[in-house]
Amino acid sequence: MTPLEFIVPAAYFAAAVMFIYGLKGMSSPVTARSGMIWAGIAMLLAVAVTFFHPKVEGNYLLMIIALVSASGLAWWWARIVAMTDMPQMIALYNGMGGGSAAAIAAVELLKVHSGQVDLQPVTLLVAAFGAIIGSIAFSGSLIAFAKLQGWMRKTWRFPSQQLINMVVFGVTVLLGLIIFFAGPHPFLLVLFFGFALAAGVLITIPIGGADMPVVISLYNALTGVAVGLKGYVLEIPALMIAGIVVGAAGTLLTQLMAKAMNRSLGNVLFAGFGKADEDAVGGEVTGEMKSIDATDAAIQMAYAEKVIIVPGYGLAVAQAQHKIWEMTELLMSRGVKVSFAIHPVAGRMPGHMNVLLAEAGVDYEMIHDLEDINAQFPNTDVALVIGANDVVNPAARKDPSSPIFGMPILDVDKARNCIVVKRGQGTGFSGIENLLFFEDNTRMLYGDAQKVAQALIAGIKSLG
Amino acid sequence: MEGWIALYIFMLAAFTGIEVIRRVPAILHTPLMSGSNFIHGIVVVGGMVVLGMADTTAEIVVGFIAVFLGAGNAVGGYVVTDRMLEMFKSSDKTKTQSKE
Repeated sequence: MTPLEFIVPAAYFAAAVMFIYGLKGMSSPVTARSGMIWAGIAMLLAVAVTFFHPKVEGNYLLMIIALVSASGLAWWWARIVAMTDMPQMIALYNGMGGGSAAAIAAVELLKVHSGQVDLQPVTLLVAAFGAIIGSIAFSGSLIAFAKLQGWMRKTWRFPSQQLINMVVFGVTVLLGLIIFFAGPHPFLLVLFFGFALAAGVLITIPIGGADMPVVISLYNALTGVAVGLKGYVLEIPALMIAGIVVGAAGTLLTQLMAKAMNRSLGNVLFAGFGKADEDAVGGEVTGEMKSIDATDAAIQMAYAEKVIIVPGYGLAVAQAQHKIWEMTELLMSRGVKVSFAIHPVAGRMPGHMNVLLAEAGVDYEMIHDLEDINAQFPNTDVALVIGANDVVNPAARKDPSSPIFGMPILDVDKARNCIVVKRGQGTGFSGIENLLFFEDNTRMLYGDAQKVAQALIAGIKSLG
Repeated sequence: MEGWIALYIFMLAAFTGIEVIRRVPAILHTPLMSGSNFIHGIVVVGGMVVLGMADTTAEIVVGFIAVFLGAGNAVGGYVVTDRMLEMFKSSDKTKTQSKE
């Protein structure tokens, strides 16, 4: 055994240990950063020793070009992007990982075709399976990216969509089986990957923006699995472990997210809210929406004893977190007690709102989870809802026929006064009428969150 | 590789993945998803191996794509996660006190 034959697998082993240790660290706010550094070292180590992997015989220059150019581009884009756009960046980089796994499978299958590599039947099957998963994660993530980035606004639905999706997926699997039995002819491979990529696109286009976090998390898990399977094909256990650990963790995370939204995963993937609201939107709404202007709202809050701010997706879109924090500081300087209430799925992803508020400088002590703060609403003077809709809809408590019935919500309707900052009169992502807007103690403050916050600041300042 | 051993590795890795994140607080869900996104960037290693084996033009092109995409996954995933976790830095102490 040469030293390299020992060093390369030993380094992979060390990398696998550090990945698990790093991921463990990431599950607590205190150790998260050091965990990430461990994982980063593991990655550098694994990449460095791969130049000496016994199967690697050439193309070193191309390898370095690919590594450097991709790293540079990814680094640059990830640096300049705004905090609010992070979710789509995760989707983009995740898609790249899935695409990489699919490309690895393609090379392996080409090698099998030219007879240079002889894979065991099981390995060939695993390679084909990983190719399907990787391709779907790739094209699906890119669609998710395009949607969140605003390049593709529409939610595409067409007749017998489910059926067509099933057929495309079925043909992909069939092509995989043909490749398995008849050998990977290049023409078949092109068809196979084409159909797999199309399946990812078709599965993702009917899913709406609000469900995207769950879908991205799912694709993240899928990429993990694809990477794990590639590890088996290439006989690199570090890939198997890192991939499957991420696959399992990602699957659990996906379930947690779906649960926080009171949806099952199947529901997210195969049925939009669009169908649900057809039979539920008729739920009786009594009363009318009453509006308030920013000056009155500012006065109400400035003379309140206790204010709870409920930020949502609209705040993230308007990038109003800094203005809101400025307003909060003004209120606090007047002796108003201010807290932030965060729904588990507020923002564009679970935890995303916390990141945004932290970016604006909000102290953690002021940010409360749903369980902590719901009891405080009855003795709150003003609940200020900014760009949140479904997560404060009392229909989840009151209306058993509502599609969101049973979803945990923030009980802002129990506050003495409730001010809702909203862009227009429309319904939320779910398309469900929000009973909150029609309550007697609710006032609507129309406008973009950023501009409204500006007006509120001016209003509070004018009080002196 | 022996199929059964691979299956054991997969099984143990799956349990590890679930256990490691089981009690993660909701505020870390997005950073954690991002962090796990970075970790599967290890796929770049697989890309390097297949590019290193590639001979024909088609193999080299696809292998190059594999390395390029994998490296983008790893580096982009790292930077995004790091930027998010940076936000949590200043208030680490208060956070742990209020949680425990």
